[in-house]
This record gives sequence, C-alpha cells and structure tokens, in this order.
Amino acid sequence: MTALKRAVSALLLLALSLAAHAQLTIEITGAGANRIPISIADFSGEAGVSRAVAMVIRADLERSGLFRLVEAGAPMAENAAVNFGDWKSRGADALVVGSVAPAANGRFEVRFRLYDTQKQASLGGLVYVMTAQQARTTGHRIADFVYEKLLGEPGIFSTRIAYVVKSVGRFELQIADADGMNPQTALASREPIISPAWSPDGGRLAYVSFESKKPVIYVHSLASGSRHVAANFKGSNSAPAWSPDGRKLAVVLTKDGGSQLYSVNADGSGVVRLASSSGIDTEPFFSPDGQFIYFTSDRGGSPQIYRVPAESGSAQRITFEGSYNVTPRLTPDGKSMAYVTRNGGRFQLALMDLATRQTQVLTDSDKDESPSFAPNGRMILYASEIGGKGVLAAVSSDGRVKQKLSVQAGDVREPAWGPFSKN
Amino acid sequence: MRNKLIIVLAAALIAGCGTTVDPEQAGAPVEDRGAKRIDGTEVKPVTAGDPMGAALAAVKQGVLAKRSVFFDYDSYVIKDEFKPLVEAHAKFLVANPHVKMLIQGNADERGSREYNLALGQKRAEALKKMLTLLGAREEQVEAVSLGEEKPRCSEASEACWSQNRRDDMLYTGEF
Repeated sequence: MTALKRAVSALLLLALSLAAHAQLTIEITGAGANRIPISIADFSGEAGVSRAVAMVIRADLERSGLFRLVEAGAPMAENAAVNFGDWKSRGADALVVGSVAPAANGRFEVRFRLYDTQKQASLGGLVYVMTAQQARTTGHRIADFVYEKLLGEPGIFSTRIAYVVKSVGRFELQIADADGMNPQTALASREPIISPAWSPDGGRLAYVSFESKKPVIYVHSLASGSRHVAANFKGSNSAPAWSPDGRKLAVVLTKDGGSQLYSVNADGSGVVRLASSSGIDTEPFFSPDGQFIYFTSDRGGSPQIYRVPAESGSAQRITFEGSYNVTPRLTPDGKSMAYVTRNGGRFQLALMDLATRQTQVLTDSDKDESPSFAPNGRMILYASEIGGKGVLAAVSSDGRVKQKLSVQAGDVREPAWGPFSKN
Repeated sequence: MRNKLIIVLAAALIAGCGTTVDPEQAGAPVEDRGAKRIDGTEVKPVTAGDPMGAALAAVKQGVLAKRSVFFDYDSYVIKDEFKPLVEAHAKFLVANPHVKMLIQGNADERGSREYNLALGQKRAEALKKMLTLLGAREEQVEAVSLGEEKPRCSEASEACWSQNRRDDMLYTGEF
C-alpha cells in the first residue's frame, strides 16, 4: 500500500467514526480555573494518520477542562531541536512533538516526546506500533501519558463508559470510549434496562433488565456477549454493586419481603443477607477497600445514606441534612462520597468529605441522578434532563469543569464509568 | 438453558433409567425462570376446555377487568375506594387456586430509579398483603416492581404522576 493510500484510508476511517449514528456528543460547559497551556504539534511523517492521532490528543486534553490548547503550526518530529524560548513566548508551558512512520505489515510506528518548556526539559516519550484503525486508541494513550506527567494523576482517556439509550419502544445498553466515540450495543431490549455496574476488571457488566416483566439481575461478559442470571428470586432483584475483588455482588432482593440487602457470588450462587430493616434498604455500594457497604435506607423515616461493615455489623447513618439523600458513590480513594440530594424539589449532585462530613452541592440542575466516578476520581458522570430530554453530564469534583453528553436519537441515562484499562 | 436441559435429559434416556443426572447441571436453574424467556418465543397452548382458559375469559370481564390501584404521594396505603376491587380479585384467586397473579408496583419519576423501584415494591407488597389476608395463597401472588420505568403518563405534572403511582394486577398468561 502506498503512503497516499494509507493516509486516505486513515482519513476515511476517521470520517466514518465521526458519522456513526447514535453517537454521544460532548460539549464543554465549564472549565478549570488554571488550565495548563499546551501545544500539540502535528506529528511528522504520514500526514493522515498523524493528524488523526494529534486530533485525538488535543480533543482529549481540551475536553478535560484542565488544558488550554496553543496553536502549534508546522509538524514537528520527536527528535527535532526545540527552541524553548520561542514556545515560551507563544505561551505554551508544555509541548508534544512526534512522528508517524510506516512499519512492517501495513502498521505504523508512532513516537512522541513531551517537553516542559519552562524547565526546558523532556518529560519523556514512548513508541507505539499500531494499525491505522488504532489511531484513536494511540491518541488516547498519549493523552493519558501527557495528563499524568503534567498533573500527577492517571488520565482516563483510554477508559470506557456504559449507558442506556431509550428511543421509541427500545432500550439499548451501550458501551463507548470515554470521548463518546465508538459506541457499541451490548444489549438491545423492548423492556427497560437500569443500573449497569462495571466489574473491577472491566470485562463484565452487571445490570437489571425487565425483559421478563420484572427486574432480574444479569452479569454480561462484553467480549463474548454471553450472560447469565445472577439473581432472579421471587419478587424484585436490583441494584447490583461489585465487590472490589470482583467475586461478589451486593444486590437488593425482595424474596423475604421488603427491599433488603444481600450478597451473592457473581455466578448467582451463595446468597447471604447483609443487613435487616423494616423499611427500604437499597443502592448498595462497596467502599474501595471492601470494608463497608454504603446504601440508601428509609429506616429513619426519610431516605438517607448509611453504611454497614461488609462482614456484618450495625448500620451507621452518614447523611443528616435534608429529607432525601440517596445513591451513595465513593471516590476511588474512598475519601469522598458523591450522592443525590433533594433541595426544594430539585434533585442535585452533592459531594461529602467523609472525614469532615462537609458537603458541597456540585450542580444547579433539577433532575440529577445516578452519579459515577471516573477511575481517577476527578470527574463524576451523572444523568440529568434538559428540556425534557435525558442527557448525561459530567462535573469535576471541585465543581468547575462541566460537560454535557447527549445523543440525537433519544434519551440517554444510567451512566457508569468503567475502570482503567489493563493494557 | 432449555437446550442444555434437553441434552441432560436425552443423555439420561440414552444411558437408561437408572442413570443419575449430573446434580450440578440439574440443580442450577431452580430460580432461573427469566432466562427461559429471553427470546420471547415460548408459546403456551390453551385449549377451549381448559379451566385456565375459562378463568382467563372471566378476568377480562366486569370488575375483574379493572386491574389498577392508585396511591397518594409517598403512600403505600390501599385507599378505601379500591377495596371492593381488591376484594373481587381476592375472591377470584380463592375460587381459582391454580391461577397465579403478578402484581407490578410503580412509582412516579421523581428521584432515584433504584429508590423508586423500592417504593413500587412497597406498593406491590401492600396489595399482595391485602389479597392474602382475604384468602389468596402466598405462593399464588408475586409482588414485583417496575419502579419509574413504565410510566402510564409521561408529563411532569401531578395529574400525570398520580397515574404512575399504581399497582397493576396481571394474571397467568398475561405475564
């Protein structure tokens, strides 16, 4: 294949992926206070592939709300001499340069280097060998590298998200890249699908499907498409939450009357009661260390958040302010908890520091629900509503960075942010 | 699931009547009713002379054709106006012990989906309790919740929400 043909096919792939229907589009509606000015030069070599890679890096960093892009001009290879004074005067504190060269079997070799223009130093670089189809994946990996070097925490650009799209008479559980691209349908049904939860290894989703006229919990392996029933007892089966080791699910069953918490092995065996109350106990969520299960309960008269030791013990109340606090979701470091609170009839996303019990309302909308943390704890993805239409939104845990994610084709809801990818 | 069962049964037949079936394969699907219905292609034959068929005709007429009980906001109490309806259905269940009922509880859309699922469950269980107190057998009635997922009305108004805070009663053959 000639260089030109390869470049054309790369561009074609890019165009195809942009045109994919039911695509989530992400709008940035708020940005961080101190964004790092960075320049991502086009990589030298294969122009089409290079542009595809550089575009993904730029879009990822800009969407994070933590970077400000500075125009780069001509392509620059990773081994080119860098005039740091020139880049500083352009206002770029960091610079990414690189190259794309043809490799064996129609593949490409992508090299890049990240510079700190203030310190006039290289912060490192990597080499990837990829196919033209992997241009986006490579761009995400490079963006993750840049993000981690400059911010000191892992990037989430290579992760995936799950969500449910509702169109007329149809529900689809979809999986997309964190930037909304490459959406794939894991399950299509005429009946509702709710509460998707990623296994810690990112290979499986537990969810609740109403396809048999009642809520039943399934565990679904994404790569093979095979799935099994994890809980289908008399009554309702819902709210699956994975234990951090991926072996068990905390679930809500009504087999003994009332919505109560149980633990079940991921294969559906070994059902054990976790807590007892005369009211509603639901929405379990394991603390990242596996020690506690946080949950929503109306045992005190109004729905509030409690926790119990995972190995049984007495419940401890966590929220006290207001008459409706639900859906606890802990940060990956276990230090904070996102939840939904009702303020004068409006349902909003709040964050509590679990050590000080200080809370902060993060959103200013009416119908926020189903929060889910990015695996680095920086952003919270949640469901909201704009003009009667279901959309997803994301907000940073400091409340500054805001994004809106929507699909043309229908309502989108029930988001779940997947774990870090293993490779 | 079904294929697997057929294979197990076939294997047992081929090997002769004295063969024991692998307990792991035979024991698993006890609570696995949903999995059989995934493709929705099962057809349950009903013949005209079948008492179930006659029962099904009865629940499509008169007071038994009414299947919904509505609730106040944040309430799980069956209101007096629905008691005659519940009594009629209880009487029917007592007279037809082989007929089963599925109660689907529902909630309005405000708030968390999973919490609303639990609220719908509370409504379904309140109705089940009343039916069993009136003589229906425990195993005859299953109370489940659809939460806020199957609204009858989809506008954001009290008139609409009040239609969504309800229990629906379904009989064998209808679910």
